[in-house]
Amino acid sequence: MQLPILSILVFFPVLGAVLLAFLDRKNHKLLKQVTLGLSLAEFLFSLPLWFQFDSQTAAMQFVERYNWLPQYGISYYVGIDGFSLLLIMLSTFLTPLCVLATWTDIQHRVKEFMICLLTLMAGMLGVFVALDLFLFYVFWEVMLIPMYLLIGIWGNPARRVYAAIKFFLFTMFGSVLMLVAILVLYFYYGKATGTYTFDLLKLYSLNVPFRMQFWMFLAFGLAFAIKVPMFPFHTWLPDAHTEAPTVGSVILAAVLLKMGTYGFLRFNMPLFPQAAHYFVPLFSILAVIGIVYGALVSMVQKDLKRLVAFSSVSHLGFVMLGLFTFTMPGVQGGIIQMINHGLSTGALFLIVGMIYERRHTRMIADFGGLSTPMPIYAAIFMIVTLSSIGLPGLNGFVGEFLILLGAFKTNMLYAIVAATGVIFAACYMLWMFQRVMFGEVTNEKNKELKDLSCREIAIFVPLLLFIVWIGVYPNTFLSKTKASTENFLALMEKAKTTEVSLSHGDKGEAR
Amino acid sequence: MTLTIPTFSLESIGPWITLSVFAIAILLTDALSPKGNRTAAPVLALVGLAVAGFQTVSLWGKTGMDFARMVYVDNFSFFFYIVFILGTGLTVLLSLQYLKDYGKNLAEYYALLLFATVGMMLMASGSHLIMIFLGIEVMSIAVYVLAGLFREDARSNEAALKYLLLGAFASAFLLFGMAMLYGASGGTLFLNDLPARLAGAETFKPLTLLAVALLIVGFGFKVASVPFHMWTPDVYEGAPTSVTAFMAVGVKAAAFAAFARVFFLAFPVLQPDWQMVLWVLAVATMTLGNIVAIAQTNIKRMLAYSSIAHAGYLLVAIIAANQLGAVSLMYYLLAYTLMNLGAFGVVILVGRKKDSYLSIYDYSGLGFQHPVLAASMALFMFALAGIPPTAGFVGKFYVFSAAVQAGYIWLAIIGVMNSVVSVYYYLRITVLMYMKPAEADLGPVSFAPAVTATLALTALGVLLIGVFPGFIYDLAMNSVKVFPGLL
Repeated sequence: MQLPILSILVFFPVLGAVLLAFLDRKNHKLLKQVTLGLSLAEFLFSLPLWFQFDSQTAAMQFVERYNWLPQYGISYYVGIDGFSLLLIMLSTFLTPLCVLATWTDIQHRVKEFMICLLTLMAGMLGVFVALDLFLFYVFWEVMLIPMYLLIGIWGNPARRVYAAIKFFLFTMFGSVLMLVAILVLYFYYGKATGTYTFDLLKLYSLNVPFRMQFWMFLAFGLAFAIKVPMFPFHTWLPDAHTEAPTVGSVILAAVLLKMGTYGFLRFNMPLFPQAAHYFVPLFSILAVIGIVYGALVSMVQKDLKRLVAFSSVSHLGFVMLGLFTFTMPGVQGGIIQMINHGLSTGALFLIVGMIYERRHTRMIADFGGLSTPMPIYAAIFMIVTLSSIGLPGLNGFVGEFLILLGAFKTNMLYAIVAATGVIFAACYMLWMFQRVMFGEVTNEKNKELKDLSCREIAIFVPLLLFIVWIGVYPNTFLSKTKASTENFLALMEKAKTTEVSLSHGDKGEAR
Repeated sequence: MTLTIPTFSLESIGPWITLSVFAIAILLTDALSPKGNRTAAPVLALVGLAVAGFQTVSLWGKTGMDFARMVYVDNFSFFFYIVFILGTGLTVLLSLQYLKDYGKNLAEYYALLLFATVGMMLMASGSHLIMIFLGIEVMSIAVYVLAGLFREDARSNEAALKYLLLGAFASAFLLFGMAMLYGASGGTLFLNDLPARLAGAETFKPLTLLAVALLIVGFGFKVASVPFHMWTPDVYEGAPTSVTAFMAVGVKAAAFAAFARVFFLAFPVLQPDWQMVLWVLAVATMTLGNIVAIAQTNIKRMLAYSSIAHAGYLLVAIIAANQLGAVSLMYYLLAYTLMNLGAFGVVILVGRKKDSYLSIYDYSGLGFQHPVLAASMALFMFALAGIPPTAGFVGKFYVFSAAVQAGYIWLAIIGVMNSVVSVYYYLRITVLMYMKPAEADLGPVSFAPAVTATLALTALGVLLIGVFPGFIYDLAMNSVKVFPGLL
């Protein structure tokens, strides 16, 4: 019998959280060590996924299915394909690093922090493995609570509560509309076929009339667009990022935002393919606006963390643009860009967090010339910055290049405007880097700054490894998603050809 | 003239008899036992409830009517019996220490709780409108007295008086409606007979509609639906907290049981008419309850407005008028009983001696002074807000799926939007508990064993039926078969 790896991955952190609840709250060191051990174990558990994954097929793998509420067609149904595989690996890979990053950062209420972190992890993995819409929705919402607590309790004292509530309400607002759409879909499927089910793969096969697709696409799309976040639903993001503790920002950027893009890929587009084609202009334009707007706003930020936060809006705009090209390079690039953004922006938040820990300020103006007292820090910062800009040879380039390639094929205009985003990115990132790292040390307080400790370097080494790996040989990762992407594109293509006849049929019905 | 006495079986009303007998026994033991010794009453009450619960379980599965068709003997009633018994039992547990602190640990209190429960059972199982009316009165009179239990406290008096006056009004409306219905139907108030009679009496439709409107007023008052909700905040705030908890769960559940039964059974013909009215009421109830709750700083008032909002969600289940709607109503009321009693349990513990800490700001910093207490409060708040994996989420999920199934997509959208609004004020409690420093040291909270047990039970229940809702779903599905008109 095969081990239920996915269930282990999802519920092991929950068990870990329960275990932590019984530990002595005063022994911070032990709590952190145990959490680190748990998250490393979790990463080890996820390795078999990577090695046993069959990249030849687009079918769901490692499937587990148990009845949960059979009367309602709800089952505990999990499985992964290439898309989820990469994101799961990203999550399990980053979590131990995050725990390491809390070592000196989090000093009060450590126990609660670690419990939140572990439950958050369970929620995230749950979202990526769920193949039942109800199950997915449960995980999607469950994950809000620990993130809300992370921002609200350990965030920046001044505005953390505001940011936490804003985060919660924005996400909730989108997701409840999605819940209604899920229900509409469920009953439509039930009426059409006679079986009531939340099974995603079965729902894929449904031909929903275009008018319904239109509204349901918008309802799902709103939930995911808020999460991504797409312009103009991005306003919660800078607040949440800026106020969250370092680790909160890292997870938020690296994994939580990906739930939005993943949601488009897994749910929105395959469920409502005709509507997806119909909405290509709208979403592409919003994505392009996001790219340029995010970049321009980043440029004028005075706060390092806010700058990185807005750069996320820009990067995620690329991902959305890529996904909505419905071409091989576009979609593959979008997926790899999700991972890239997770690595680079995660690393950037860690970098900002480390300097904040030392200086208790994140204002660019307070720094300058940091490369003199902190050479190792400067080197790492440089590599990550370049990766974020998209320098060839590092990961960011691969993703952005593929996305632009896909976009050129479908709509040259979007691609041209989006490409300016790359230039802007170079401007704001390099300018920021210059102001922080180069020149004379103007501020006395910066002269005595300690360079990175071994622990901090240890956090970055794996990140840098993958930043270079993806940049040099992205095929390791692209090959995992190739079959899934092909399958996805075939599905979308099929919908394109049937679009005309369906809309006719729909009109006929209306008459 | 021959007088025939219809055959009946006392077994079918076993729980009522048990509870009445135990209530009387409580009063008698109190009268006969030496002064000041009041330990027997709560114990007797709990034993009585346990026996009644056992009887209900053994009745499960029976169908039919008894007492000359006056009483339904069916799973729908039994399900609600269990909800009432659970609600009352947990209320008893909550009350012990609380009443002792006030020096009001009176035997009458427990007797009245049991009598009120009997009234609720009548409401859930009455098959004749008069039975339902009797039930409402039995329940209400007991609750009027309970609300005024703290005679020396002006607010408690205000609560009792307000509730009595407005309650009497509502009863009058209800009775008036029944009288008109009696006329329109040509002389019957049996729920089973009404649909056929009303269908045949097309000329009396205006009269019937008026009757339905008056019934909506009466039931609307009991479930605290807008615009008949005015009494709720004052009464909830003024009444002893344990009684507030009892009103919020028991009275509401009973009123909804009767409401659903009457409207599902008697008025399927008029469905479009009352659905339209209730649609407006539901939207108004949810929206007003949620929005006004945001402005409250007294935790009891906040929970009062939240209970109004929940009445709105429950109305959605009635409007849906399908099997799923009935199921969701039952599930939701059970879930609501657990999470609301749990929340009130925390309010009692935090409020401490003589309710000195009822402002929501008294919860500041609770999260790290009393982690377990705060964690359970957070759980109840998240449950009330409808966040998975709690029973509150599943309840809302059922309610809104019923609405979608019935084609009320806009109602579902308004409902879910409302639950986003509600998240704000439920979250505020968690914000205060975890994200604000304590305004003053809260000092020790005396964890009375009974209240602690209640919290543990309700918290466990909220999670358990939230994660594994199948069992309750089956029970409820089994129960709603009594409504042949529902799809």
